[in-house]
Amino acid sequence: MRFMILIKADKNSEAGVLPDQKLLTEMGKFNEELVKAGVMLAGEGLQPSSKGARVRFSGKNRSVIDGPFSETKELIAGFWLWQCKSKEEAIEWVKRCPNPMEGESEVEIRQVFENEDFGAEFTPELRAQEDRIRAEIAARQ
Amino acid sequence: MTESATHRAIDAVWRIESAKLIAGLTRIVRDVGLAEDLAQDALLIALERWPETGVPDNPGAWLMATAKHRAIDRLRRSKLVERKHEELGYEMESHQETAAPDLDAAIDDNVGDDLLRLVFISCHPVLTTEARVALTLRLLGGLTTVEIARAFLVPEPTIAQRIVRAKRTLSDAKVPFEVPRGDELAARLSSVLGVIYLIFNEGYSATAGDSWTRPALCEEALRLGRILAELAPQEPEVHGLVALMEIQASRLRARVSPSGKPVVLLDQDRSRWDHILVRRGLAALERAEKLGGAVGPYALQSAIAACHARAKTPGETDWARIAALYHQLAQIAPSPIVELNRAVAVSMAFGPAAGLAIVDPLVSEPALEGYHLLPTVRGDFLAKLGRVEEARAELERAASLTRNTTERELLLERVAALR
Repeated sequence: MRFMILIKADKNSEAGVLPDQKLLTEMGKFNEELVKAGVMLAGEGLQPSSKGARVRFSGKNRSVIDGPFSETKELIAGFWLWQCKSKEEAIEWVKRCPNPMEGESEVEIRQVFENEDFGAEFTPELRAQEDRIRAEIAARQ
Repeated sequence: MTESATHRAIDAVWRIESAKLIAGLTRIVRDVGLAEDLAQDALLIALERWPETGVPDNPGAWLMATAKHRAIDRLRRSKLVERKHEELGYEMESHQETAAPDLDAAIDDNVGDDLLRLVFISCHPVLTTEARVALTLRLLGGLTTVEIARAFLVPEPTIAQRIVRAKRTLSDAKVPFEVPRGDELAARLSSVLGVIYLIFNEGYSATAGDSWTRPALCEEALRLGRILAELAPQEPEVHGLVALMEIQASRLRARVSPSGKPVVLLDQDRSRWDHILVRRGLAALERAEKLGGAVGPYALQSAIAACHARAKTPGETDWARIAALYHQLAQIAPSPIVELNRAVAVSMAFGPAAGLAIVDPLVSEPALEGYHLLPTVRGDFLAKLGRVEEARAELERAASLTRNTTERELLLERVAALR
């Protein structure tokens, strides 16, 4: 199974302050461990939200809001995509990650949906239905 | 943390640490079977203690220290001959002496080498292929006997026995714990790659049972391949194999229809391909080519897979290049299977008659007797050439030969459509 690991932003990351040499070295070592263990699929750091934008949907309308965004702790500063055997394995790896920020910080672990996750409940007929619904949605747009 | 949560956490630690643990212990005790027993002992102690104490900060080091204590305990109690005792004692002392200032760091430095040795010993030619597969999944994948048995649809005692026998064989043959060198390396590496690819294929194209694919085995093989690519980064064929598996795995979710039936490559919805894996596969292929390994058997196969991966629609597929790559592959690794694949590529590039000309001589090939894909391919060419009666006979024959129930249904549907 796959997990998206989300590194939350803080004041510094949002201000565009780059990690210091020590953290870069530690993070580099950690990334190397992930690669060596065959866990790492992808990963990137993100620029501050001041360089980003949002598109807000309301019915048929779309409006564009430029960054920065205020709710710093809910913003994402970077992500990984990992291949793990269980959520516990992902947790175990995150615990080995150097603190990505100075002081307090949070890293969120989210499991990626895969068709198999629906298990026996998600029968072939239901899958077909889901595909049909997707096709209908695509046709409407 | 509840007890079951701790157990799951311990499983996770085991998944991450077990191979390193067993590899490090094997270097010390020089017996992979004993090393695994010691690692299992440490795991049992962890299962007893951690629910109370919590998982330690450095669980890997904890397990290693515990396993080493067990090793000493066992030595004291065992009736091992004195000489062996001394040997082991010496190994342990000298290991600790050399590593004295910073044991953890010293272990870390050796981890890569030890793991690579463990890879080679698990896939050693004194073992049967089945034993290599089971031992690799157990020692390097950290899978339990139950998990391996489930993956291969065989009873658990069969796998357990296979592993016990494999460990005994290695011990009896006094197989050294080392990375082969010189001329031996190529052959031994090819055995390792063969084992990993076999695991992958067992998952990718389940040879028996109702399930068309068992993705967990593919994931496991991919993980082993990715680990090996970092352990032996200078070996182009390792990257070739990783590239091949990444690209093939990228199609896993597209090659089964909603009703669970296989969808052949050209009918797949390419938007459902896993483009992260495609990108990783192409990067691995590039790594193999940069190391001068473009002509290795796995690199060539992955180059073929890459031709499909790069085509945004089936119509864009460069069949002439694929046919040329199969021709190259036939030069270095000639086999009737490669010929059969080449025939398909040639037919796509130059028409079914050209393909049939390659396939017809294969009909008398003893190695392909009873192989369902030969009549499948031949039947397809014949159908395209309008030779309906012959095509039906071939497809029916193919249906009678395949062991996979969903594939059989697909073939019989095609026969019905030819009426």
